[in-house]
Amino acid sequence: MPEIRVTPLGAGQDVGRSCILVSIAGKNIMLDCGMHMGFNDDRRFPDFSYITQNGRLTDFLDCVIISHFHLDHCGALPYLSEMVGYDGPIYMTHPTQAICPILLEDYRKLAVDRKGEANFFTSQMVKDCMKKVVAVHLHQTVQVDDELEIKAYYAGHVLGAAMFQIRVGSESVVYTGDYNMTPDRHLGSALACPPLSRAAWIDKCRPNLLITESTYATTIRDSKRCRERDFLKKVHEAVERGGKVLIPVFALGRAQELCILLETFWERMDLKAPIYFSTGLTEKANHYYKLFITWTNQKIRKTFVQRNMFEFKHIKAFDRAFADNPGPMVVFATPGMLHAGQSLQIFRKWAGNEKNMVIMPGYCVQGTVGHKILSGQRKLEMEGRQLEVKMQVEYMSFSAHADAKGIMQLARQAEPDNVLLVHGEAKKMEFLKQKMEQELRVSCFMPANGETVTLPTSPSIPVGISLGLLKREMAQGLLPDAKRPRLLHGTLVMKDSTFRLVSSEQALKELGLAEHQLRFTCRVHLHDARKEQETVMRVYSHLKSILKDRCVQHLPDGSVTVESVLVQTTTPSEDPSTKVLLVSWTYQDEELGSYLTSLLKKGLPQAPS
Amino acid sequence: MKLYCLSGHPTLPCNVLKFKSTTIMLDCGLDMTSTLSFLPLPLVQSPRLSNLPGWSLKDGNAFLDKELKECSGHVFVDSVPEFCLPETELIDLSTVDVILISNYHCMMALPYITEHTGFTGTVYATEPTVQIGRLLMEELVNFIERVPKAQSASLWKNKDVQRLLPAPLKDAVEVSTWRRCYTMQEVNSALSKIQLVGYSQKIELFGAVQVTPLSSGYALGSSNWIIQSHYEKVSYVSGSSLLTTHPQPMDQASLKNSDVLILTGLTQIPTANPDGMVGEFCSNLALTVRNGGNVLVPCYPSGVIYDLLECLYQYIDSAGLSSVPFYFISPVANSSLEFSQIFAEWLCHNKQSKVYLPEPPFPHAELIQTNKLKHYPSIHGDFSNDFRQPCVVFTGHPSLRFGDVVHFMELWGKSSLNTVIFTEPDFSYLEALAPYQPLAMKCIYCPIDTRLNFIQVSKLLKEVQPLHVVCPEQYTQPPPAQSHRMDLMIDCQPPAMSYRRAEVLALPFKRRYEKIEIMPELADSLVPMEIKPGISLATVSAVLHTKDNKHVLQPPPRPTQPTSGKKRKRVSDDVPDCKVLKPLLSGSIPVEQFVQTLEKHGFNDIKVEDTAKGHIVLLQEAETLIQIEEDSTHIICDNDEMLRVRLRDLVLKFLQKF
Repeated sequence: MPEIRVTPLGAGQDVGRSCILVSIAGKNIMLDCGMHMGFNDDRRFPDFSYITQNGRLTDFLDCVIISHFHLDHCGALPYLSEMVGYDGPIYMTHPTQAICPILLEDYRKLAVDRKGEANFFTSQMVKDCMKKVVAVHLHQTVQVDDELEIKAYYAGHVLGAAMFQIRVGSESVVYTGDYNMTPDRHLGSALACPPLSRAAWIDKCRPNLLITESTYATTIRDSKRCRERDFLKKVHEAVERGGKVLIPVFALGRAQELCILLETFWERMDLKAPIYFSTGLTEKANHYYKLFITWTNQKIRKTFVQRNMFEFKHIKAFDRAFADNPGPMVVFATPGMLHAGQSLQIFRKWAGNEKNMVIMPGYCVQGTVGHKILSGQRKLEMEGRQLEVKMQVEYMSFSAHADAKGIMQLARQAEPDNVLLVHGEAKKMEFLKQKMEQELRVSCFMPANGETVTLPTSPSIPVGISLGLLKREMAQGLLPDAKRPRLLHGTLVMKDSTFRLVSSEQALKELGLAEHQLRFTCRVHLHDARKEQETVMRVYSHLKSILKDRCVQHLPDGSVTVESVLVQTTTPSEDPSTKVLLVSWTYQDEELGSYLTSLLKKGLPQAPS
Repeated sequence: MKLYCLSGHPTLPCNVLKFKSTTIMLDCGLDMTSTLSFLPLPLVQSPRLSNLPGWSLKDGNAFLDKELKECSGHVFVDSVPEFCLPETELIDLSTVDVILISNYHCMMALPYITEHTGFTGTVYATEPTVQIGRLLMEELVNFIERVPKAQSASLWKNKDVQRLLPAPLKDAVEVSTWRRCYTMQEVNSALSKIQLVGYSQKIELFGAVQVTPLSSGYALGSSNWIIQSHYEKVSYVSGSSLLTTHPQPMDQASLKNSDVLILTGLTQIPTANPDGMVGEFCSNLALTVRNGGNVLVPCYPSGVIYDLLECLYQYIDSAGLSSVPFYFISPVANSSLEFSQIFAEWLCHNKQSKVYLPEPPFPHAELIQTNKLKHYPSIHGDFSNDFRQPCVVFTGHPSLRFGDVVHFMELWGKSSLNTVIFTEPDFSYLEALAPYQPLAMKCIYCPIDTRLNFIQVSKLLKEVQPLHVVCPEQYTQPPPAQSHRMDLMIDCQPPAMSYRRAEVLALPFKRRYEKIEIMPELADSLVPMEIKPGISLATVSAVLHTKDNKHVLQPPPRPTQPTSGKKRKRVSDDVPDCKVLKPLLSGSIPVEQFVQTLEKHGFNDIKVEDTAKGHIVLLQEAETLIQIEEDSTHIICDNDEMLRVRLRDLVLKFLQKF
C-alpha cells in the first residue's frame, strides 16, 4: 500500500527550528531547515542524524524546500548543506534567496563574533550553501525530477514567503510555511486574489495532506484596523507624556508594516518626536522591498511609480548614542524577541523608567527575554545583575500568522484529505485539531518532533484509452444511470511501462490474434399447434412485453432478434403440433441468451383472445 | 485540429488554434505599418505639413485633394492614422475561450478583440508583459488623443477609388477594416480580462488542455507557449531570442517532442547582426554630437532602449560624452524606467544577482541619479526649460507618424549636422521618412532585432525535432529583395506548412489516445496475463465517469442481491443486464484433446466427424452437436442449461479470454 510519511525534526508541537521530513511515493523532501531561538546548544539545529546514520544526505533527500527567510525556517541550512553535507537542490523564492544569506550571515556574526562560539558555519559556507539554491517563481511548476514536482503559492507573512505543493503523480502534500490570511499594509494575504494580482491563493488542489502552521491556533483576532488604532494610540500616549517607545522587530517584515503605519500617522498628526530604525539593515531591507515590489500588496504596487512607500520621511537611522537623548522617541530595534543585540541593549537602558514603553509586536519563543516579560515577569536576571522592569509592557499581535479562523479558511480552500499541524504549541494544537476534525471532517495529526505520521494513500493509475473506445462509450450518453450503470469493456495492454486501454477487438488485432467465436444454439420445444407465423408473432410480442428496454425485432425472414440473439421458429415435420424455437447467441451475449432460453422454456402466455 | 490565421504580419501574429474542445487565440498583434500611409500628426502646428498640396488624378480630377496630400512624390492620407486589425470574419471570435499572449508587442490589438467581438474568455500573460503592454498602449492612446484631428478620411478607401491611387496606397490590404485607435477605457477593460501567469506554470483549460508559458528570451516576460494534452503537444514559438540581453534566457528544452511547432516572430532584418548594429549606433551617435549636432532615436518606450541605455552607460565616458544631455521623452518614460527595475525574477542571471546585493538591475538608475539621463512625459512643460543642445533624444513613435518624434523631425530635419538613428525594425525607415522629404539631416539605419535568425532557427529545429512546423508564408521563401538568398528561409524536413492571412490550416495530427484514471480498487481487481514476452493483457470491465473532461474508471457495482421478501417479483426484474458483456475469445480447440476431456467428464458416446473446415463432435445420447473450426465453435443442443454450461466451460478451458 503506498503511503505518505511525515516526521517533524523541528516544529513538532513547538515553534522554532522548523524542519519536516516528508516521504511521498518514494521521494524524500525536507520542508524548511530552521534554527531554534530558544536554545544555544545542540538543540538549536534539527537532529539530521535521524535521517540517515551513515549514508550521505544527498542520497536520501530528493530536495530541500525553504518557505521563507525567517531563521527559524532557514537558519540551519548552511549547517545542513556544508557541515553535515547535502549537495542536492534547495528550492526557495527569489526574495527569499536574496534575503536569506544576509540573515544567515547576521546570525553567524552574532553567534561567532559576539558569543564566541566555535564549530559554527562560516561566511564561506553560507555562500557555498546559497550556490545550491534554485529560485522558483510563484505558480511555476518545478520538475525536481521526472516524477516529483513542486509549486509555490503566495503566502503573505513576509516578503517572498511561499506555500509549497509537492506532487508525485496523483499524490500531493501542501506545506504552508508561515502564512497570513489578512492582507496587511505592505504585503498581500495568502487569500487575496484581485483580478490583476498574482492570483495569490491556494487553489482547490485537494492534497492528500495539508501541513499547516498553527502559531495562533487558539486565537481569533479582532480586526486588523482595531489593532492598528490601538497600537497608534499607545505609541501616541507614551510619546505625549515624554516617554520612549521601544519596538523590538526583525529587520524585515513587521518592521516595514509598522514603519508605514507610523509614517502615515506622524504625517497626519504632524508629530515631531523622532522615529528611529536601528541596524544598518534598514535601508538595505527597504531596498529589497523596492526591488521586489511585485511581491507586495496591490496598493503599493500600483502607486510605486509615483510614490514609493518604502522611502520614509520621518524615520531615520538610529545611532547607539541616541538612546540616552532626553525627550520622547520611538525606536524600532532588532531582534524582535529581545534575545540579543541592539533591542536588548536599549531595553536594559529604558526598562527602569515607568514613562517608557516596550511594544512586542510578535510572538516570542520560550526562553527569550521577550517571552519572560510578556508572561508577566518583572524582575530579570541579566549578566549577573538584577533588572527591574518598570516600563510599560505591551503586546500587540502584529505577527503575520494566520489565526484559527484563517487556518480553517485555508484548509477549506485547499480541501485536503488530512491535516497535520506544526509550528505551534501542543495545547493550542489540540484545540485546533478538534475543530478541524469536527468542522472539516478530516483526520488531523500533531506529531511531536521525531514522531512519524503514516498515511496510506491509494493513487489511481493513469493509462491511455484509445479515443475510439472512449468515444464509442461516450456516444452512449454522458450521464451515468445510478440504477443501471453502464460498463466499459476493454483490454488493458501493458507493454514496457506504457499502459493502454483499447477495445478487445483492437487488442486482438494488435497482437495478431484471431477471434474465436463461440456460439450456442438451443432447441426450445413449445407445444403450439398454431401456424408458424402466429407462433412467431406470439414469441415476438411476449419478448417485447418483457424486455421493454431491449431492442426486440421481428425480421422479414420470420426470425426474432433480441439485441444480437437470434430466435428462429421451426415446425418439426414429424409433429406439427409442436414448434421448435432455435435460440442462438454468441458467448458475448451469454447472459441474455441463457436468460431467453429459460424464459421461453416456461412457455408463451395465453394469447388474449 | 485547425489553425485559423488572422494576421498576415509574421512578427505581429494572431492565430486561432482549435484543439480538442478548446478554441485558443495565439497572440493578438496589431499591424501598425498601415499608419505609414498617413501624414504625421504634429504636436505643434507645422506650416510645412499643412501646406502640402492636395493630390489629384492624372486627368486632373481633384475630388480627393482634401483627403490625400502629396509630399516629394509620395501620397499620404491626411487623417487620423488607422491600424490594420486581425481578421474578424474568419471565425466567430466570441467562441474564443482563451487568448495567450507571448510578448508585449503582440498584444496591441487586444482591446479590438476583447471589447468588440463578444469575447467572454480569459487572457493569459505574464506580469511584465501586462505592465509594459499597458505602457505601450497608454503611450499610443496618448500620442493619438492629444492631437485631435477633425478629419477622418474615407473616400479613398472606396475600392473603385483605391484602384486609381499610386502605390503603396493602391496595394494596401483590407483598408475597409482599418480602425482608429482605441480609448484608454477600452484598454483598461481589455487588461482587466488578463490573468497573470508565471513561466512553467501549468494552466488547465476545462480539464482538456494544459497551457504553459516558457521563457522566450526576447523581452521582459516574453513567452513561448506549450499547448498540450496527455498525448499531443503543440509548441507556439513567437518572438524568441538566443542573444544574451536583459531578459531571462530562452527555454528550449521544454519545446522538445512537439507534434506541431508553430513558428512566428523571427528577426525582421535577418542580414543585420544586432551587436554590430549597437556598435554602429554608438559611434554614429558620438560622431554627430562631437560635431555639434543632435541625435534623434525614434523608439518604443520599453525593450531595446534598456539595452541601448546600458551600452551608452558604458560608452559615454570613454567617448567623452559625459556632458551631453540624454533625454527620454514619453508619457510613460518614468513608468517604463521604474518598471524595468522591479522585474528581477524575469531578468537574465547577471541582472538578477545585482538585485540580491541589493542594487537596481539596470544601470539607467545611475544615469538618472547622476542627471545624465532625464525623462519627461512630453516636450511641453519642464522639458522646454531644461532643453539643451546638442543632445540625444529617445522618443516615439518609431513610425514617425505621431508622438514627440514628429516635432523633432520637423525641428532638426533641415540641418545636416543632426542625425536620426533608426533602431526599431518594425517600420521601413525610408517609408517612415517619406513625409519629411526633402531632409537635410543624416539618416542612419541600425535596426536591432534580437529575434531568432534563420541559422538559429534551423539549429533550434534540429534540437527540438518537432514532427511538423507551421509558419507564415514569408518564412518559406527568401525575402523578395534578396531572392537569391536561399539561406534566408526555413529549411526543415518535412517542409514547413505555411499560412497566410485569412487561411485555415488543418494541422496534420491524429489524436488516438486520451488519458483515463483507473481507480485503485479497480486496478487491484485486474488480472494481468502475459500473452507474449513483455506484453501483458488484462480485461477491464468498469464504470466510466466523466467530469470536467476528466475520465475515471471505477469498479463495476456489485450485483445487488435480490431483496428477499415482500416485494412482488416481476418477470422483468430477472432480465440480465445486456451491458455485462463477456470477453472476446481467441485460440483454437484441439479436437483430440477436447474429446479426451469430454470423456474424462463422463461423456462416452462421442462420435467425431471430419468436415471441410474442421470437425463435428456428436454426443449422441444428449442429441448435442459441437462444430469445431479453426476460429469458431458452435454448440447446438437441447434446452438443457446444465449440459450447455458444462460444455461451455470445457470449451472455454482451451481458449484465451480478452
